Amino acid sequence: MSAPPGVHASGPRILVFSTNNISDPGIDLAGSAHMHYPASVVVISLPCSSGVKPSWIVHALERGFDGVFIAADGGDCAYLSDCTDRTGKVVQEAQRLLTERGGDPRRLKMAAVCSVCAESFASHMEKFHAALAKLEPASAGGSHG
Amino acid sequence: MSDDTPTPRRIGVFICHCGGNISDYVDVEQVRQAVAGEAEVVTAKTTMFACSDAAQQEMTEAITQDNLDGIVVASCSPKLHLFTFRAMADRAGLNPYRYVQANIREQCSWAHRGEMPAATAKATAIVRAAVARAEASEPLATMRIETQPRALVLGAGVAGLRAALALADMGLTVTIAERAQRPGGWAATFGRTFARDRSGAEMVEELLRRVHEHEHITLFTGAELIEKSGSVGDFTAVLRVANGDTVTLNVGAIVVATGFQDYQPTVGEFGWGLPDVVTLPQYKRMLDAGQGLHRADGRPVKTVTFLYCVGSRQGEEVERPNRYCSRYCCTAACHAGIVSAEQAPGLHQVHLFRDMRTYGKYELLYEEAQRAGAVFLRWDPEEPPVVASDAGGLTVRVKDRLLGGEELEIPTDLLVLVTGMVPRENATLLNALKLPLGGDGFFNEIHPKLRPVETVANGVFIAGTAQGPKTIAESVASSLAAVSKTAALLLKGYVDLEPFVAEVDEERCTWCGKCLDACPYKAIEKVAVAGKEVARIIPALCKGCGGCALPCAENAIDVKGYTDEQVLGMIDALLEEAAE
Ligand SMILES: Cc1cc2nc3c(=O)[nH]c(=O)nc-3n(C[C@H](O)[C@H](O)[C@H](O)COP(=O)(O)OP(=O)(O)OC[C@H]3O[C@@H](n4cnc5c(N)ncnc54)[C@H](O)[C@@H]3O)c2cc1C
Repeated sequence: MSAPPGVHASGPRILVFSTNNISDPGIDLAGSAHMHYPASVVVISLPCSSGVKPSWIVHALERGFDGVFIAADGGDCAYLSDCTDRTGKVVQEAQRLLTERGGDPRRLKMAAVCSVCAESFASHMEKFHAALAKLEPASAGGSHG
Repeated sequence: MSDDTPTPRRIGVFICHCGGNISDYVDVEQVRQAVAGEAEVVTAKTTMFACSDAAQQEMTEAITQDNLDGIVVASCSPKLHLFTFRAMADRAGLNPYRYVQANIREQCSWAHRGEMPAATAKATAIVRAAVARAEASEPLATMRIETQPRALVLGAGVAGLRAALALADMGLTVTIAERAQRPGGWAATFGRTFARDRSGAEMVEELLRRVHEHEHITLFTGAELIEKSGSVGDFTAVLRVANGDTVTLNVGAIVVATGFQDYQPTVGEFGWGLPDVVTLPQYKRMLDAGQGLHRADGRPVKTVTFLYCVGSRQGEEVERPNRYCSRYCCTAACHAGIVSAEQAPGLHQVHLFRDMRTYGKYELLYEEAQRAGAVFLRWDPEEPPVVASDAGGLTVRVKDRLLGGEELEIPTDLLVLVTGMVPRENATLLNALKLPLGGDGFFNEIHPKLRPVETVANGVFIAGTAQGPKTIAESVASSLAAVSKTAALLLKGYVDLEPFVAEVDEERCTWCGKCLDACPYKAIEKVAVAGKEVARIIPALCKGCGGCALPCAENAIDVKGYTDEQVLGMIDALLEEAAE
């Protein structure tokens, strides 16, 4: 159904879950400052990173994304003071589901990206992109790919 | 979710050139063609500036003529024009929450310059995802909340006092909570201040007199905010006041004017810790006291050296550098130089600066200080001045940039470290407000240009130096900006809240109570529906974070605008290119 992971023209495809008020402005800033990161990175913005559903992550990886990155609110979250722990639980649960379904938990990463963390975002993307390129192509899709 | 939606949907897509900001790096026509073919897209157009009146007119016409039930604008970040386009949709009679913004500038064209094919493919994917989100969008209605005509001002420095007076003059009831025992902040401790040499203490005294006389203002000193609940227009704020009691207030908005602290050098930093090395605030106190300038051992000061940029514009040489400029200090040091020359005729003054930032009309003070006999030397951050002390006293060794790097040794009786501004320590407040801080540790505005006094917490505004370094005039200007946002909110009498709140699928819900535990806002209640216990969201309290969804084993919770259907649809749409 989808192209085999890793063969897309610009290398591994990464889906980023960002947050409207914290990490999305950071990602915007990376663009405004013309920092480089791979064009195969796309973003879905949500209110808060603890609202990412593990099922979305599994869906994204099984449908053809090579990696999912949660650009978390971290300590800056305006909604939840324990946002980091909660987002950590989202990651844990998604990795549990992935492993259960034969996926590779290394295809999911999370890091806090603040509203001015443009450089750190760009560098996370470059590194994650490079790390994904080294993984075995078929591992993410499992039997659903 | 709702089945009253007529299918198929009728979506319109408008793709912006943004002058060339987008179209120089993304082939917008190719994007248009790619999405025009989508089943539910009935019109797809490109436009030079989507935000222009003419383009908005075109969009409203398309909404009516093509009978659109959803619209996607692909242009800049939603931080810029989300409200512009929502208002446009509303004017055309389209539910504003059926408009979706696609960010193809900050997150595409600007980020991937010089890679047109890849950037175009990405822009296409972003627009397709937005179309998918619009397709699964429901008409939503904002929630109207009545606002309380009362405001809480935190901090009674110039910014807080000025804000309180202006709000009270508009008929709002104001409570000021000042943490210190004495109101007035920094300015209350100052004698002559630039720009016009007015005494800071007198100025604050005048403000305080008016505050005390004002029937609508209550000032608590020794008071701190310890708890905040509720939402914009209707907050409950708990103060801990001087005698340890608590006071509970019901206010519509909160203005945070909690100010700054002076930078404390670390021992050894430019001689800090040696006798006769002082900071600018300490030196200013000596000047303001008017008892002459004396060294630690009582001898009169004949030479004073000012070393600028201490604690500001730091680089990697310190662990957590303050990279910002503190704005006030160049001017304050020149002003201190002028006052020193008046108070101690014959005093030798050397000012060691990095760059002179006496911006705007403060430039006149720089000139005046030079005329008053102060000598200015410029140092290079690569080779900063070195301070030493021996039996003979203090010396500063500096390489003067203008003298071609020649090393000068300046013996000095007193060394003034021109220290910058740092954020105040405010753990209790931060915990109560849950406001994000910027990279520099000061309170952060939503948008540095367009929304300079609003924060991510609706109804909480920032004023004065709590937001970052400012002079008194700048602090007051920002405080009055916060006043206008506060008053605009509270005087209208109501506020419309975003409808992006959580929603429970009552059929799926089996009431386990886990969502209730996960919600710090107490926005979930247990109700009985047809004899079955289920969770229900209280929309006015829900912030729409979605934190309640994770513990729900039944996947019964969605946040409106970010439903399973929408997010999964976006994911699939983002991948469409690969599936070709
Ligand atoms: C040495 C020096 C010289 C200066 N000279 C000049 C000058 O000549 N001209 C000029 O224009 N500017 C000058 N400035 C800058 C000026 O001091 C500031 O612009 C101004 O004081 C900022 O006012 P503010 O109300 O924002 O902050 P502040 O004066 O810091 O007031 C903030 C208040 O909030 C209170 N507070 C803190 N936390 C809390 C809390 N959690 N709850 C309740 N209350 C709290 C504090 O106790 C304080 O009273 C100078 C600054 C320094 C350091």
